[in-house]
Amino acid sequence: MFGFLTSAGKKIYAPVKKNGILTFSFTSRFEEVEMSYVQTRLSAKSAAFPKIEKLLKYTIGKEGQSYEEVDVEKFPQVVVWGAHPCDAAAFHPLNAVFTWETRDKYFTKRLENLIVIGLSCTSHDENCFCTSVGVHPGDTKGSDILLTPMAGGDYLAEIVTPKGQALADAVPALFSAVEGVDKTQLVTKVEKRFDHQELHTKINGMFEHPVWKEQALRCIGCGACTYVCPVCSCFDIQDEGGIFGGLRYRCWDSCGFGHFTIHTSGHNPRETQDTRWRQRLMHKFSYQPQRQEVFGCVGCGRCSRSCPVDMNISEHLTQIMAL
Amino acid sequence: MNKLKERAKELLTSGTVQVVVGYEKGTGERIRPAFITRPEDADRLVFDAGCHHNLALYLYKHETKHLGKIAVVAPPFVLRSILILTTEFQIEENRLIVLGVTPGDELIEFGSFSEIETWVNQHPVEMKEKDREILKQLSAMNSGERWKFWQNEFLKCIKCFACRGACPMCSCFRCTVDYNNPQWISVGSHQLGNFDWHLMRAMHLAGRCSVCGQCGEACPMDIPVHLLSFQLNEDILRMFGSRAGLTLKKESLLSSFKPSDVENFIR
Repeated sequence: MFGFLTSAGKKIYAPVKKNGILTFSFTSRFEEVEMSYVQTRLSAKSAAFPKIEKLLKYTIGKEGQSYEEVDVEKFPQVVVWGAHPCDAAAFHPLNAVFTWETRDKYFTKRLENLIVIGLSCTSHDENCFCTSVGVHPGDTKGSDILLTPMAGGDYLAEIVTPKGQALADAVPALFSAVEGVDKTQLVTKVEKRFDHQELHTKINGMFEHPVWKEQALRCIGCGACTYVCPVCSCFDIQDEGGIFGGLRYRCWDSCGFGHFTIHTSGHNPRETQDTRWRQRLMHKFSYQPQRQEVFGCVGCGRCSRSCPVDMNISEHLTQIMAL
Repeated sequence: MNKLKERAKELLTSGTVQVVVGYEKGTGERIRPAFITRPEDADRLVFDAGCHHNLALYLYKHETKHLGKIAVVAPPFVLRSILILTTEFQIEENRLIVLGVTPGDELIEFGSFSEIETWVNQHPVEMKEKDREILKQLSAMNSGERWKFWQNEFLKCIKCFACRGACPMCSCFRCTVDYNNPQWISVGSHQLGNFDWHLMRAMHLAGRCSVCGQCGEACPMDIPVHLLSFQLNEDILRMFGSRAGLTLKKESLLSSFKPSDVENFIR
């Protein structure tokens, strides 16, 4: 399958170990690809929402000013290979943001060009909590084809979407019918710590609760959690260039930064770290479900793993549920 | 450690301080910063070699200061950071109680910052063997090879600013990278932008680094960014005979002039 995809001119974005870090990366060599892992450092979101998205080039010359937009029709056909169900599921809430009122042509084009080959989880760690936010280790949501490792080295393949069907039809020799496989026996069991619908109902009324101040005291206000998150979608737009021209791009931004919401007047509606921490959780579990009918979290646990000061999100949410 | 818990309890019960900033057990084997505001919570405090966060960074944050008077649990690198921050007018002596713990589990409560100055001068700290080894390798490289090493490392950077967040010396309310008129440092995480950021930060920390290594520790992409500051510290020791965090003298190395400084580059 990998060979077929590369020879068909697809760019493959898969878990690869680079400089000692397992992360999603473009590769054309299957032997580099990790097919058994708990979690990658960065998520697969970059396939549709890269850390830098070039928007336009501009020039300023004697003949006047001109600009040239990036042609989204030239975006490559990409296959996200071996993404766990959390990462695959994350494209749905991302899409909800990027098509909410305005249809973002960059994201939607990249998503349109994307095929997601998911990989069920056969192991997890203490930071995984997908089952608490409506995703599970064998979830097909977001995948075009979901692979689940079986004994003997074969994979159980579930064709989830027409895109997945088209791919399976192109290489029929790789697939054979199978019956009577119990997928629940093949995937890992992630304990459910809370119910996300109950959390949503509860957190809606907690804007003024003192818990945010208490929880956020040790937060150092960096953007590690948001940048490793497969769902976080905030961005900044920057113009960079010289006298005769330059480039406009958008790049990841984070609600954890002190100056994220600062106004031109100097007023900052989120002056302290607890208001920023509250925003992060409220956005994911209150505002997004209310406005876009999606949850802003898929329980991958990356934010907890990457946090320099162990701001463990599932622990904090469990604490909120117990209040 | 028991003495530490007892003292924390006393300080909170008597109302001498309103918060004890220390360490507690976190997820799995992790240790994390803890903010103890109730005497009954003091039992959560832990202290061992795994306590690596530089808690000095919380001492000047208004979120912490807002709680009242602070006691801080201070391993040697926090002590050095406190001295640096004091010389930079970020910490006031009368608002802080400093609790040191010796390797022999003895509690030292510093009566004054001068006592800290004496203590840190009596207890020099060695760099970790691993860091020393990489620095040695880097020094042995020619400038082209070193450039490549850092180029490769900075490729991983995602500009999350965890290095800045974890560093007590990154105390600027508004960091250079947050200035956008003009935008001195590129916001995006591209090659030039990543170099911009890390080199600017290293220069800003020259002669101010307490050698805690927390910027590198915090990096979610495992960039050994602390080595930039460590090397600059070594260079500064060699050139100016000075190490940061050992004195309460209010003179910043890079902004004070001495006629006796060797400044061949100006001639």
